[in-house]
Order: sequence, then C-alpha cells, then structure tokens
Amino acid sequence: MAAILQAVGATTALSSTNSFDSKRLRFSSRRSLSVGKGNFFVVRSDGRSNGCYPRDRRAGQLVTNAVATKADSSTASTASKPGHELLLFEALREGLEEEMDRDPSVCVMGEDVGHYGGSYKVTRDLAEKYGDLRVLDTPIAENSFTGMAIGAAMTGLRPIIEGMNMGFLLLAFNQISNNCGMLHYTSGGQFKIPVVIRGPGGVGRQLGAEHSQRLESYFQSIPGIQMVACSTPYNAKGLMKAAIRSENPVILFEHVLLYNLKERIPDEEYVLNLEEAEMVRPGEHVTILTYSRMRYHVMQAAKTLVNKGYDPEVIDIRSLKPFDLHTIGNSVKKTHRVLIVEECMRTGGIGASLTAAISENFHDYLDAPIVCLSSQDVPTPYAGTLEEVTVVQPAQIVAAVEQLCQ
Amino acid sequence: MAFCLTKAKKLIYNHLKSKMGSLGIINHGNWTHPVSFSHPIPQNLKKPDTFFTNNTTLFASRRFESIIAGKHLDSLRNVFDEIEVLNFPGGKVKFTSEMKFLSESPEERIHCYRVLDDNGQPTVHSNSVQIGEEVAVKMYNDMVTLQLMDSIFYEAQRQGRISFYLTTIGEEAINIASAAALNIDDLIFPQYREAGVLLWRGFSLQEFANQCFGNRDDNGKGRQMPIHYGSKKHNYFTVASTVATQISHAVGAAYALKMDGRDACTVTYFGDGGTSTGDFHAALNFAAVMEAPVIFFCRNNGWAISTPVSDQFRSDGIVVRGQAYGVRSIRVDGNDALAIFSAIQAARRMAIGESRPVLIEALTYRAGHHSTSDDSTKYRPVHEIEWWRVARDPVSRFKKWIESNGWWSDEAEFELRSSVRKQLLHAIQVAEKVEKPAIAEIFTDVYDVPPANLCEQETLLRETIKRHPQDYPSHFQFPL
Repeated sequence: MAAILQAVGATTALSSTNSFDSKRLRFSSRRSLSVGKGNFFVVRSDGRSNGCYPRDRRAGQLVTNAVATKADSSTASTASKPGHELLLFEALREGLEEEMDRDPSVCVMGEDVGHYGGSYKVTRDLAEKYGDLRVLDTPIAENSFTGMAIGAAMTGLRPIIEGMNMGFLLLAFNQISNNCGMLHYTSGGQFKIPVVIRGPGGVGRQLGAEHSQRLESYFQSIPGIQMVACSTPYNAKGLMKAAIRSENPVILFEHVLLYNLKERIPDEEYVLNLEEAEMVRPGEHVTILTYSRMRYHVMQAAKTLVNKGYDPEVIDIRSLKPFDLHTIGNSVKKTHRVLIVEECMRTGGIGASLTAAISENFHDYLDAPIVCLSSQDVPTPYAGTLEEVTVVQPAQIVAAVEQLCQ
Repeated sequence: MAFCLTKAKKLIYNHLKSKMGSLGIINHGNWTHPVSFSHPIPQNLKKPDTFFTNNTTLFASRRFESIIAGKHLDSLRNVFDEIEVLNFPGGKVKFTSEMKFLSESPEERIHCYRVLDDNGQPTVHSNSVQIGEEVAVKMYNDMVTLQLMDSIFYEAQRQGRISFYLTTIGEEAINIASAAALNIDDLIFPQYREAGVLLWRGFSLQEFANQCFGNRDDNGKGRQMPIHYGSKKHNYFTVASTVATQISHAVGAAYALKMDGRDACTVTYFGDGGTSTGDFHAALNFAAVMEAPVIFFCRNNGWAISTPVSDQFRSDGIVVRGQAYGVRSIRVDGNDALAIFSAIQAARRMAIGESRPVLIEALTYRAGHHSTSDDSTKYRPVHEIEWWRVARDPVSRFKKWIESNGWWSDEAEFELRSSVRKQLLHAIQVAEKVEKPAIAEIFTDVYDVPPANLCEQETLLRETIKRHPQDYPSHFQFPL
C-alpha cells in the first residue's frame, strides 16, 4: 500500500487542490484496521518535528495558503466581487457595527470595551459612535455583568457580552448555566434571552494556564445555549451577525492567535448559518473535522498529505453545539474514515462528544475507529517549548492520517 | 502618586523647590540630591520604625526623603490651615494630621422609618403619603388573601398534594405595600418570598395553584418547582432558585429601561442572606456607576434558613452598605405597610427622575419556616416566633388602621376570609385535576426552535413510551 502511494505521489503534481481522478479509485477499497471496535486512540505529541515542515506558529503567515479552497467551495467570497481585505478582529467589528446600525437594541458590555476599544480591539471606536451607554464598560465582575446582560435581554435589548478572555467567563458560569440557558425554558417561553457571549479563548503564545482555557468543553453540556467557533474573517463576520440575530443565547468562540488573519471578504452583506459546518477542502480519503485555530494546523498538514498522495477532506465544524451532523455524515459516508483535530483537552472535550455522535449515527459507514487528536489533560504550561507540545501540531496530524489510511 | 498643589500655594512650592529640589512629584526616581539624615522623624507617620536600616540605605533614603516632604507639608498646613488637598484619581481629598480609624459600626444604629405604631395609629410628624380608602382596602384584602393562600397551600404540601411551598408569613406588608406603590410598568425581579407582589398585580389564585401543581395551565409549563412564579404580562420575572442572581438582572433591565428612556424602574427583592453574595456587591456597584433606575429592596427578616444575621454580616444591617457603593438608602419598618408604601413611592421618584439606584432595607421577621423543608423551631425559640407572629403581625396592624378610619368592619373581615378560603380550596381542587403538560413540552423552549438533536431525543422518548406503555402515565400515550 505504501509503495503504491509513493508511486502516485511521484507522478502527480504537487498541488493542494484535488487533482486525483482515476487514481482515486485505487484507494476507495474498504479496509478496516485491526484495532478493536469502539476504541479510539489518541496520538500524543512526541515533541519531535518533521524537519521539512517548520512548526510555524505565526498562523498569520500560513493563512493565505492554508485557507485556499477550490473555486466552487461553499465560501462564496472568492467567487463573487473583489470585496475588501481586512483582519479577523476587524471583520468581527464590522459585523458588530452593521448589526448595531441595523438594530438599536443591540449593545455591548464588557471590561474595557468602551473608549479603550476592547483588549483585542473588536469594539474599537464603537463607543465614540454609539455612546457609552451602548458600548458599556463594566467593573470586574463577570458573573454580574453577565447577569446584567441577561436581565437586559429579558427586557428587550440584545446585549453582546465580551469576556476579556474566555477563561474569565468561568466566573459567569452560574449565570450562563442557571439563568441564560434556563430562563426561557423555566419561564414557559415567556422571557427570551437573545444574548451573545463572545471572547478570545484557546492556547495563545505563552499566556499561562489561566489564560489558555478552552471553555467550549465546559459549556457544551448546558441546555439552551448554542456554541459556534469562528476561524476566518469571512466566517467571523457572518457568525457574529447570525449570533446577534439569533433569539437563543449564543456563545461565539474566538481564538487569541487568529485575530490578525487577513482575508478578502465580500462588500455585500451576508449572514452565515449558525448550525452549519464549513467545507474547507473536499477530499476522498479521510474526513478531518476541526475548528478554530486547529483548522490551520490541519490545512498545513493537508499540504504535506497531498504531497504524500492523500486526499483529505477538511471540514471546519464551526457549530460546536449542535453539531452539523448532516455535513459531517455525508462526509463520513464518502470517506469512511474520521480524524478529529481539536485544541480541547482530551477528557470531555468537543472531540469526545463528536466521536460519540458520529459513532452512534454513522457507525456502519466507518472503516476504522475514529481518531481524535486533542491536547493532553494538563494545564497549559508557560514555557514555549512545553506549550507547543500540548497543542496538536501538523506533523501529528499527518502521522494520524497515514496510520488511519493504512 | 502625584501631588498637585493648589494655586494659592505656588509661592511656597517654588520656595521649597529651591531648597529641596523637585518637591512636586513624589516619584522616587525624581529625587535628584540626597538629603541629610539629621532631621528628626515626625511622630505621626504610620511606620516610623521601618526606616533607617543601614543595609538598605538607598531605599531608606528615599523613604526618608518622603518623610521630609510630609514634614514640610505638615508645616505648610499649619500655615494654611487645611486647604491642603490630595488630587487623586477619584477626586480631591482633604488631609488630616489626626490618625483616626473609622469605627466598624456607627455609634447609634441607623434609625428605622415607621408611620404606624404597634396599634396601627399614625405616629406624629410622619411625612408619609396619604393613601385613600380604595387603595387601603385593596391592600388589606390582598394581605389577607396572601396570608390565607400561604396557610392553605402550606397545608396542601403537608397533605402531599404539592411537593413544596414557601410562605411569606410576617412579610405581607412588604409584599403588598411595595407592590401598591409601584406602577404596573415597573419590572419586578423577585427572590421567592414575594408572591404578594404578583397577587397585587392581578395574578389569580387559580394561576398560583396551577403553577404549584405544575399542570398544563401553568404559564411556566410545569417546568419549575412550586412558588417559582413568573408572568410576563404582569412584568414579574420568573423566579429562579439561584440566590441573588436576580439582582444583577434587575440592574441590566434598568439599564435597558434607561436606554429606552422609559418612565419605569426595576425593583428587585432579596433577603439578608442574599446580600452576602458576589452578585449583590457587583450589582449595587454597577447600578451606582451606571446610574441605573433600580430599587434594591432587602427583606431583612433576621434569618437565612438557620443562619441568623449575626452570622451573616457584622455591619449595621444592609442600609449602611448603600453608602459604601454610592447608593442612597433608607431603613424602614418592614411590618408597617404605610412606611413601606411611602418609602417605595419616594424611591421610585428618585430612581426614575434622577436616574439613580436606591436601597431600601425593611426590617422584619420571618415568622414562618424557611420553607416546607424546614422546621425553624430547631434553631430558634418558639416563643420568639410566636411573639413576632402575633404581636408584630403586619396584617393586624394595618387592619387596626383601616378600622380606625372606618373603612373596615368585622363583617367585612368574616366575609373576606370565608370567600377567599373557598376560592383557594376550589383553585386547588381544580388545579389538582388538570392534566400535566404534554411530553412535547420537555423539548420546547430550550431554544426558539427545537434543533435536530432535541427532535431526535423526543422521537426516542416517544418510541420508548410506545414500547413500554405500562411504565408511563396514561396521558403520555396520546400523540401530544
């Protein structure tokens, strides 16, 4: 099998797009691995890097290549007008501003969001434009300003709560779980809570354990809330707008290291679907499910994989609660192999839930156990070298795909 | 920390500056030349013995230099007699050379506003609002209704007909009088001991019973425990079991009212125990900073389940905390309906007219148990409970007042009580018989529209019920 792969790899061009046609047929035979049914194994980082692929953690440099999609992909941005270029945080800001223009009940509250413009500048200049009652600086009490937003939402406003870092929203867990997610239900549908809770999370660059939290794992169980994760300027703006317009409480997960990604997005208005996954790269051999920053690691690994003759299908799941099992299911039915790449900790992470959901629903279509690459169950260490190996790196992804496709 | 001397003392400043180098900024790095160590240390500095250790000469010399500044400023003060101020982020503050700690408690406890004495007679010099006969009689009617509802529903729980109940015994005046002084547009964020507010606003006895029985007619759709009432129509936000979370909600809602420019305020109720939470602290702080039109009403009834206030806080009750946050506050007699009415009316005017929060502490007593899950005789003396229940009953006190005005009689009393009693028993009987909500209601209202996973889960549940009908209540068998 390996020999065939090598041969194919040598003859086909080194392009990131899907160039296999007839050659594809050879890999479509179903082969099941000998690993026991129902198990999924984790490939842990061994800390060694593949010399050819420097682990460039400056994601901004990778973007333009890694995000490259085919012309007929679901992201219509490249197919239409030229549009305008901006960074991800500016895209969030643009989406926010458009919604605030459109609906006067939309407001923002959080620490330093007003005249300071937000710690990641997502609300820059908005206080000057809309006044400091609509872009409200709050004292440091996350539980309480989340509570405030819930009260305001029940009274007719549409607040957006910014957690300076997602990790701080752990202090707001009581309000989010017991009130935000619940009050629409316990009031018999009388009071709705259309809040958006957003902020940067994920592992940054040596921010220490407390500032490297991945809260999507903790929040995913709360009934009544929706969770989405943005990863590109295009989907950041679209998801922000969709979240604001949603009648349900939505938690929008941003990533600290993705704020400076640049992309060209359409000039015309667009709103994305909160419950839809994004097809980043169609393929045939394996379905790689990922979200947020790991999308870029996956795409980087995809380049290597293509060179080695694989054809991975990469899906950015975007909707963390509920999962878009329609898109995911179609992909699984096509490729029969699933690799989940996430930044969450292993235990109780999004990957764990996704693995269960796929196993339950698409078990018959799987040729191999689902593989889930996650961070280890450790607090994120500060030292750069240590921190790097707690996050899934492209080399591991490549190795996992190779093992999965044997 | 920057010193900004007022203009009047420019001369002195220049004079000193010439002598001592840059006096203006006590930023230790700015001291250009060392000062001799021969000056004696003033006695009124806080930690004189931390200075002058030989091995930390540089540090000590800086400290010493600041003593010198202080000393010279002291001498300045003697010349200019307390015009010296510290212009600090946050405003100007006068200095004092007297080291004085603020006492942990005031010499005398903050006085408690009351209008009616124990015999229901108005005290002299009371600047209370005049209440007309109609309002007063309605207030009394509702207080009696509340009392009867509490006792009958409590009994229903004891009989096993409802699972839980929580009474407002002893706090009827707080419930009804505060509601009476508000408008229907004012938003209520209750804790759980304020059913009377909802009663005043028009929630019917049947609706109360429906919620307690969690039946199909409950507008909460049977999703919450008894006494967790909520009614959008009456601007009464659904009770949540979490303590004091509603306080932050009230501030947020007040912020929404302010943004909309509405002629309304929010009112939130909580107990003495709730004031210990983080939400209470931050909500008061926020409300003050944001100048939100919210009335914080603390029902200080002496007990948080079994915790007496002496174990809850050591401040002089809750009223003194208002000033700590920059919130105007008042203490009222919680068993005096007229005092509460006046205070709320005034607070409402301030909250809306001046766009500011107001804190009202009503001193009262929880004459009943915390709830049906509690037996308070286990932690407090029975005679204390009885004394408050009888001698300090707010309902009978108010009754004496309306009787003395000729607005009430024994016949009216008898009629009221028997009528309400009948209605309550009827309401319970009806509520008990109404069906429980349909299975579909487990899955609705989690989101605006049920998502795929919930639809799937509902289908699974229905299949299970169909396969094992004997394990489920009969009314689950029907399609809806």
